[in-house]
Amino acid sequence: MAFLALFTANDAKPNNGNDMNPDDNPEKASVSPSDVREAPSDEEKVLTHRDFSRMSRRELLKLSPLVVLGAFAIPRVQEKLLEKGVALSDWASGEYFSKSRLARTFKDSDVVPFEKFPYNGYDILDPEVDLDSWTLTVEGLVRNPGEFELPKIQTLPKIVQNTRHVCVEGWDAIGNFGGARVSDFLKFIGADTTARFVEVECADDYYESLDMASMLQPQSLMCYEMYGKPLDRGHGAPLRLQMPTKLGYKQAKYLTTFRVTNVLKSDRKGYWEDQGYSWHGGL
Amino acid sequence: MAAKSALDLKTVSILSEHRTDIAAYEHPWVVRMAHWANAASLFVMVTTGLRIYKAFPSFGAKIPQHDFINIPKWLTLGGWLGGALQWHFTFAWIFVITGLTYVTYQIVSGNYRQVLFTLRDVSGVWPMARHYFFFGKKPEVTEPYNPLQKLAYTSSIFFGILATLTGFVLYKPAQLWWLAYPMGGYHLVRIWHFLAMCGFLSFIPGHLIMVALHGWNNFYSMLVGWKKDPEYL
Repeated sequence: MAFLALFTANDAKPNNGNDMNPDDNPEKASVSPSDVREAPSDEEKVLTHRDFSRMSRRELLKLSPLVVLGAFAIPRVQEKLLEKGVALSDWASGEYFSKSRLARTFKDSDVVPFEKFPYNGYDILDPEVDLDSWTLTVEGLVRNPGEFELPKIQTLPKIVQNTRHVCVEGWDAIGNFGGARVSDFLKFIGADTTARFVEVECADDYYESLDMASMLQPQSLMCYEMYGKPLDRGHGAPLRLQMPTKLGYKQAKYLTTFRVTNVLKSDRKGYWEDQGYSWHGGL
Repeated sequence: MAAKSALDLKTVSILSEHRTDIAAYEHPWVVRMAHWANAASLFVMVTTGLRIYKAFPSFGAKIPQHDFINIPKWLTLGGWLGGALQWHFTFAWIFVITGLTYVTYQIVSGNYRQVLFTLRDVSGVWPMARHYFFFGKKPEVTEPYNPLQKLAYTSSIFFGILATLTGFVLYKPAQLWWLAYPMGGYHLVRIWHFLAMCGFLSFIPGHLIMVALHGWNNFYSMLVGWKKDPEYL
């Protein structure tokens, strides 16, 4: 109410708006001598019907920049424009992201029971990974490429965190996750962390690519545990990404390949991204 | 009062063969641009927002899922969730830039004074509402905007601010969780965002009906700025 009163008080003051100043009249801004004759410099101008129509038409034409919005109705242009719009939002997301900014963590009592943590897959919930012979293939800009068994990854410091998992559909669930920091793993494999991306491939033919900054965020995990137990098959056994700063579709399950790279193939940015989801997918 | 508000607007007299009309410059260029850009972006934001909501039409948990409302597909734009998100995240820019431009212009130009709802307008709301809804006597028109209009247009600015802030939190809940906190947390923010849309939706039908009732001169003024023979002059 004080805010409104402020304006009321302001209102009571003598008018200091531009409207009172005859010099600010846009109709006078570019006058030719003949215009002056039709429009005397009185406070109120007198126009013929024709001149008024002409003035109105000119004002109408001034709205023509809005026609640009009509491009969104043209199917061929529309797709490109929306791509640009999402790219702009993704760019802003990347600029705003800071790997030192932590997502909120929660008390154990805020965590949903394991049965209420949704299983969500794009295709099948069990790609029948042979857990005994499973290895993670590491390649790209790393000093130690090769096959990494799970126990090797588990030698890295284990982080356990209660964080919110947010799905692009709009639901969310607070869960308990355990695993090694992606940043520790990157150090372990001798990755060039100035590289721009990490690509991952999965046993269910899912694939993803992520920005290095998000991978280095200390809450991003190579996750092999949920609720203190090894990941079950529905949640991505034996290894998945778990990143509270990313939407669920970025947090690939059933990892098989981990590649550090500076180049993304334009048609292989991610299973959902290639169909139109935002690439950054950051929260 | 009539003279005072008239003074705030540029006016012209239009000479025809048999009579003289008067016209007032009600809507400056920036306001008209913002109005139509906003009309387009609101349409897109609401229809794609409904499509996004349709992917999980609940404000509760995923398990068990209790749907709040079933939104028919024909009310939505974008085709599928991914398409709707593309539209939403593209037009969000247009929506926010339009809003900022409009508010900045109104403040800097002083034009806000014809439309901002203030304490002075409170007493005029009920008589106007009585006239619109219960066939009461029409209060004297002294300004371009009556108190009820001012209330509607001023509250739509608050809906816009609410929609924008809650939209940012839903887009970046991990980065902006400190902003989600005073809003009551992630789940409530989804509700506030939905309610901001409801605010706009409660405004739009009334707005369109009034435009239809007030006729061509009124509608045309939002295109060219000039309103012929306004009631208050």
